Amino acid sequence: MTKLIFSRLLQAIPTLWVIATVTFFMTRFAPGGPFDSEKAIPEEIKIKLESHFGLDQPLFHQYLLYLKNLLQGDLGPSFKYPEWEVSELIATAFPVSLTLGALSLMIALLLGIPTGMLAALKRNSWMDYLPMSLSMAGICLPTFVLGPFLIYALSTQLGLFPPLGWYGPTDWFLPSLTLGLFYAAYIARLTRAGMLETLQQEYIKTAKAKGASSWRILSKHAAQGGLLPVITFLGPAFAGLISGSFVIESIFFIPGLGKFFVTAAFNRDYTMVLGTVLFYATLIIFLNLLVDLVQAWIDPKSRQSK
Amino acid sequence: MSTHRSSSLSKDAWSRLVANKMAIASLIMLFFISMLCLFGPLLSSHSFDQQNLDKVFQAPSIDHPLGTDSLGRDLFARTTYGGRISLMVGLLATLVSLIIGVTYGMASGYAGGKIDAWMMRFVDVLYSLPFIIFVILLMVLFGRNFLLLFLAIGAVEWLTMARITRAQTITLKKAEFIEAARALGFSHWRILFHHLLPNLIGPIIIYATLTVPAVMLLEAALSFLGLGVQAPMSSWGSLIQEGAEKMDAAPWLLLFPGSLFCLTLFALNFLGDGLRDALDPKHTKG
Repeated sequence: MTKLIFSRLLQAIPTLWVIATVTFFMTRFAPGGPFDSEKAIPEEIKIKLESHFGLDQPLFHQYLLYLKNLLQGDLGPSFKYPEWEVSELIATAFPVSLTLGALSLMIALLLGIPTGMLAALKRNSWMDYLPMSLSMAGICLPTFVLGPFLIYALSTQLGLFPPLGWYGPTDWFLPSLTLGLFYAAYIARLTRAGMLETLQQEYIKTAKAKGASSWRILSKHAAQGGLLPVITFLGPAFAGLISGSFVIESIFFIPGLGKFFVTAAFNRDYTMVLGTVLFYATLIIFLNLLVDLVQAWIDPKSRQSK
Repeated sequence: MSTHRSSSLSKDAWSRLVANKMAIASLIMLFFISMLCLFGPLLSSHSFDQQNLDKVFQAPSIDHPLGTDSLGRDLFARTTYGGRISLMVGLLATLVSLIIGVTYGMASGYAGGKIDAWMMRFVDVLYSLPFIIFVILLMVLFGRNFLLLFLAIGAVEWLTMARITRAQTITLKKAEFIEAARALGFSHWRILFHHLLPNLIGPIIIYATLTVPAVMLLEAALSFLGLGVQAPMSSWGSLIQEGAEKMDAAPWLLLFPGSLFCLTLFALNFLGDGLRDALDPKHTKG
């Protein structure tokens, strides 16, 4: 276990370095600069800003400067809003995205796992067919179609929830539901498949023969094996929730990190773009490690193969 | 080689596919949608970018079967034209991802050993990255041109294809006909493309069918964020984005492109599942 954590952390360093390098040069080789926006800045201020950010130095020099600051944990000030540090902007916007992601994941797990279990237990009955057809529809329905539809039905027509914004808990429901339903559908299918396979195992038969109650078999014996595919899926799901949040934040006008990132890219706010990319990459590497640890904890087999 | 055997295999697969009602319904649906998108813009008396400011937000009528948008453009022409773009992006980007993924996967699996380990390690690392971020970055920084869109999406989607191809290659590498080819002194190139590749077609087709909807979804999401296809051109994603904005005034702007897009995704997914069952009898549905 310690070895796994250690080797992953060691591997994270070159990965992050490559990401930082690729992103750095990608932004620099792109046409346009951060200071040639429609609002004309006086020439002297522009020169001053450029020298402040080292933009008048050779490119490789800028790169080394950036890496040096990065090693000290300094992401630098935003190009577009020089009075703000990039880390401050991330600290403001990320909690919003985190709330959205966590709520969506909760909806996905609370809806998906019981549905999948029920479908597996009542196989080939309407309790299997109905949720499974619905989940197929859920997988094929993109968030940017579902979102506006939910706004139209639950907000415009029924007036149950505010259509957009992010001020209080009532605003949280619609965006989280929109993002969560896709994952709920996917998790329901994974749970069903995993449970069906597990329920055929010998040890389940043994437990049954020993007279364990069906509830005990389900919660204690079958759930452990049957939920493994769901846990494996959580890694890609985290990455998916992050990219999903870009779209959701744009539909519902939510001031999260996804929206900040897209705006920063449009504004050529180099330091903000770099900072956000590195932040997301670190987050995903960390979450993937977490998933692997949980997996190793539940499934001894994967511990050996690692 | 034994053409007889392979034809009977594909015949088997075909009969299994025909027996699958959902898959066949999806196939017919896809054919219908493609024809609609291909010939729809020609059938309509309005072009997709012809504005008519006297006729904005018109509900569906005989002249405008799906209504008009905020600039009085005909939604039927725009939806079918947008469908062309979405389907084309879906097919071409899948092709890009296929070429990269299959080549990479075959090379990795065939080489084996340390090279294989490193190549797959690289795929693992890429897998764990938020690639959409790079796609967004690429599209924003380098302008929204079409070629870049294919390349960017194709570059994201090749990873799974590479894994599948590698796994198949490793199994096949030990097969007798490959050993025979090697014993006959054929070049690696010839073995890879004449002997291995034809035997990989099954899994490749299955996964390609499932990649098309994934790619279309990505393109639509980008267009939805304003990063894909630019006005006055349309794709289903950009139409859905417009529709979502004007939903209260004109719900049909969201309804028609949205449902056509969902239907297509639905059909492609079902067809992919059906093909998997047909081409890979060992794979049983859970």
